[in-house]
Amino acid sequence: MAGRGRTRNDASMIPDEKAIETIKKRKGAIVRLGKYLSRHWFLLSLALIMNVVSNSLALVGPMLSGYAIDAIEPGPGRVDFSAMFYYAAWMALFYVISAVLSYVLAVLMILISRKVSYRMRKDVFDKMLSLPVGYYDTHQTGDLISRIFYDIDTVNESLSTDLVQILGTVITVAGSLYMMVAISPRLVLVFVFTVPLSGFVTRFITSRTRPLFRKRSASLGRLNGFAEEMVSGQKTVKAYCQEPDAIQRFRRKNRESVEAYYRAEYYGSIVGPMVNFVNNLSLSLVSVFGALLFMAGKMSIGQISSFVLYSRKFSGPINEAANIVSDLQSAVAAAERVFKLMDELPEQGDRPGAMELEPGKGHVEISHVNFGYTPDKIILRDLSLSASPGSLTAIVGPTGAGKTTLINLLMRFYDAQSGQILVDGKEVHDLTRKSLRQAYAMVLQDTWLFYGTVYENLSYGRDDIAREDVIKAAKAARIHNFIMGLPQGYDTVLLEDGANISKGQKQLLTIARAMVLDAGMLILDEATSNVDTRTETRIQEAMKKLMKGKTCFVIAHRLSTIRNADLIIVVDQGQVAEQGSHKELMERKGFYYEMYEAQFH
Amino acid sequence: MKKILTYYLAPYYRPMAVGFSIKFTGTILDLLLPWTLAHMIDYVIPTGRRSEIFLWGGFMVLCSVLAAVFNITANRMASRVASDTIYKVREDLFAKVMYLSHENTDRLTRPSLISRLTSDTYYVHQMLARIQRLGVRAPILLIGGVAMTMILDPILACVLLATMPPLALVVVFVSKKGIPLFTALQSKVDGFVRLVREDIAGIRVIKALSKEDYERERFDKINREVMNAERKANMTTAVSNPAMNIFLNLGLVSVIIAGACRVNEGTSEVGKILAFMTYFTIILNAMMSISRMFVMISKASASAGRIVQVLDTRDEREPGTFSSDSKETPDTQVPHVEFDHVSFSYHKTRDNIKDIHFSLMQGETLGIIGSTGSGKTTIINLLMGFYQSYRGNIRINGQDIRTMDFESLRHRFGAVFQNDVIFEDTIFENINMGRNLTHQQADQALGYARAWEFVAEKGGLDKELDIKGANLSGGQKQRILIARALAAGPEILILDDSSSALDYKTDAALRQELKDHFQNTTCIIIAQRVSSVMNADHILVLEEGEEIGYGSHEHLMEHCPIYREIENSQMGVSQSAQT
Repeated sequence: MAGRGRTRNDASMIPDEKAIETIKKRKGAIVRLGKYLSRHWFLLSLALIMNVVSNSLALVGPMLSGYAIDAIEPGPGRVDFSAMFYYAAWMALFYVISAVLSYVLAVLMILISRKVSYRMRKDVFDKMLSLPVGYYDTHQTGDLISRIFYDIDTVNESLSTDLVQILGTVITVAGSLYMMVAISPRLVLVFVFTVPLSGFVTRFITSRTRPLFRKRSASLGRLNGFAEEMVSGQKTVKAYCQEPDAIQRFRRKNRESVEAYYRAEYYGSIVGPMVNFVNNLSLSLVSVFGALLFMAGKMSIGQISSFVLYSRKFSGPINEAANIVSDLQSAVAAAERVFKLMDELPEQGDRPGAMELEPGKGHVEISHVNFGYTPDKIILRDLSLSASPGSLTAIVGPTGAGKTTLINLLMRFYDAQSGQILVDGKEVHDLTRKSLRQAYAMVLQDTWLFYGTVYENLSYGRDDIAREDVIKAAKAARIHNFIMGLPQGYDTVLLEDGANISKGQKQLLTIARAMVLDAGMLILDEATSNVDTRTETRIQEAMKKLMKGKTCFVIAHRLSTIRNADLIIVVDQGQVAEQGSHKELMERKGFYYEMYEAQFH
Repeated sequence: MKKILTYYLAPYYRPMAVGFSIKFTGTILDLLLPWTLAHMIDYVIPTGRRSEIFLWGGFMVLCSVLAAVFNITANRMASRVASDTIYKVREDLFAKVMYLSHENTDRLTRPSLISRLTSDTYYVHQMLARIQRLGVRAPILLIGGVAMTMILDPILACVLLATMPPLALVVVFVSKKGIPLFTALQSKVDGFVRLVREDIAGIRVIKALSKEDYERERFDKINREVMNAERKANMTTAVSNPAMNIFLNLGLVSVIIAGACRVNEGTSEVGKILAFMTYFTIILNAMMSISRMFVMISKASASAGRIVQVLDTRDEREPGTFSSDSKETPDTQVPHVEFDHVSFSYHKTRDNIKDIHFSLMQGETLGIIGSTGSGKTTIINLLMGFYQSYRGNIRINGQDIRTMDFESLRHRFGAVFQNDVIFEDTIFENINMGRNLTHQQADQALGYARAWEFVAEKGGLDKELDIKGANLSGGQKQRILIARALAAGPEILILDDSSSALDYKTDAALRQELKDHFQNTTCIIIAQRVSSVMNADHILVLEEGEEIGYGSHEHLMEHCPIYREIENSQMGVSQSAQT
């Protein structure tokens, strides 16, 4: 079941293209984040208004305090109390309103960012389900979890906190600047020098840190992928006492991830002090020039006070913004990973005008099919077979001969490179995937049950079924008694990896599930390989009933189970070596005969 | 949380202290700036001497430069400490998880362990890094700011300080409410991890049954839960910022009023109130940082709690779990593997196996057969020491396995389990499993397992295998796994239903190889097919966890009706086919 992903084209890119690609990627990520945000334009504009109002109110504060100080200025015995109280009262009022508004603003941003991350997770998950099954053969589950959880969380985090602060910054900076100009246009000239300086510093540092944040996300993804794999394989690791080896390998990935974090974090944290430095520099200059202006009689003390307060307000957010820039960078790096997953090619959509497959007789015809998971390695070569309605086709052959591959083609998990597959005379590509797949019931060697009740697991695939029918199927599959022995019977929750159920029992449950499904065609891929033969004999009746009137495809190693097949296809090295009934094949004394004989010796 | 701070952070107290001092100095330099400004306004400007103004201006610039240098250095040290600490935490956590007994893994569940290893350690890392950056600076700015205001005018400073008690209340209230909310959020994240893992594992079934919409709904439910939990937690913590703003700003208004009175009385000067304002902005920003820190701490301590819960769980390395006091007796008279009336229940309810009793001499083979769920795998789980809480005794060479340390116990085995895993690595590493085997040993094992041919075809031992061995067929995977079990020449070989995906021909050939090359290896083979176990020295027939037959094939054919039934269902076919 090899499935090489389609994602390995990065390596073939020449460096120049790669650099352009990176820039495009970044711009793309930001634009796409913007799209997610724009869905909530109403809340967002509300937040924007709140932000403007709340920050403007906060800006009035220093102005008022300047007036209040001017009222105090005359000195002992001459303080203008009525003016001072007047301004103080206004200050209090403005601050309270501003705080209330800022809480409302925070709540709004939390709402928006949670909605965005909810939406992103939903989209990623939708994407996951639409990816071809082969994608999961080349991507670690832990890395995918890392994207869907941690990466989106990082984006989310910076949206809810940083975005507000950035918006706030813009307003505060603009407002403070206006106020400062109003107080003393000459003193503002100081910032003509310092603002570009801090802009330059920030830009310089962030251009260096950006790739570091990207690395940080990627190495964390790798670490998570490894952790997931090892936790899943814990039993095997233990059996071979390979805990130290696993830990050793984890250590390497851990070191890599921690170093990547350190580098990103450290370079990111240079920005703050550097910008702070520039701000301190402006304060120094303001002090000197302010003092000179005062001596020249061009400014009052109150004015200097207000100016300094505004200059702090002016530079404070810029300082914060510098910190935020590093957060944002990690958010963009994370968003890129998320969008990369979203950009994976999904299973090809249905052809325009694809038909629904009506429940029909179930005639399946495969003609001259060639297929390989990679074009250069053909697994099935010029395969043809015809299964008439209600017939039982068995596929046998040594391991690795391509039996499961055939099932992958029937279900359209993969598409053949050439040749045709017809169901009831219709080319499968002209049918919707959904209707084609629903025409089959499938019991696989890899049993799959999910965290949910037994009942939910059995009725999976049929929402409309009555409980009695589910129980009937369970009885037929000889699993009813086992289910009744569970603490809550059919409502017992099956734990993932839980020890409460063996592989054979799982398989019986999936057989019952297939019975519940009652589709027109049936695929049994080693469906009873984990069921002991005694139970198998006992469920034979039920299996017969399950298979009755259906076109069945059976893969089995126990050749005894397929003796009654209408057609036995012997696959060897991707080709049909022999086909015919059991009797015919035994008489031919070929490959099948050999295999059949081998099992009793 | 405490453990992380006291145990894991402890080795870094020194660098932290150095970093702290550097940061402290840097911050003091920052604080000197407004003070200089006040000094200039009150004392320098009145003198009207320009040169002095420039001198003080130069002093301010110097302070700025030094502050920047110190702060950058301190930040760097802080990042280093955080990274090194989390490196150790994560490593210990991973090691702990690897060594957890199956009882504890079952209890904590795998998805939860995975999310503790990943997202929880991440949050703690983030917290450690930021808290050192803000956590030193903010309190210093706060205390320094307050101290400066004290020096400037103690009475006015007291007015400002009066706002502190309500501020403290806000912080306590928010973190008290916040921590449980974040803990709840993290356990929702477990559900998230579980669903994603589950759906990736079952992607074929989901697609086959066209259940994408159903899965979307299931996901949507968890996604919504996570969203709501996040929202609740964040809305709670969002209170702290505006609340602090209100209190502090009202404090500022009070300062102005009180200041006005004092200036009027002649006990204070305008310049002081002015400086007060600047310090106040610093104090306010510091408080904001502190409130942000508390949000981070709430979130991280929820995660830290989850990490420590695992770290504090007893694992197999701890003495008492395994202790060696008795000596094994490698005596040919003593059975090699012995089950002495063993009973066990996974959930401490119904026994999954009951009173199992058998003994094997060195080199003998035991076949276990029985219907699904009859307890076959449980016997293996106990023999390999995955579960400890059984009744009765299990002995190897006469020594109770509970008295062996787990390495000396498990080193004896080569095992293939049901649903065993192939790792994303080369074929060689999958066989080697870190045991320092030679390529020759691996080649030989592949030969025994009848896997050499397809391995050679795929490009030899160095061929990389996909995740979960996705580029192999079911039978090929099993053969690699068997090679893994055989490669080190095990003392005891366990094959738990490991030939189910092998065709009969390969299965028969494998059995022949075992007979020829592993005479001294004691084998336990669990199988569905009678043909896989009929040549075993002993066959144990299980039903509902109990022994219903034990003996050789011939013996069982005669005395065990159920065994006969199984045999007939499989072999009868061939007889009828031949007639």
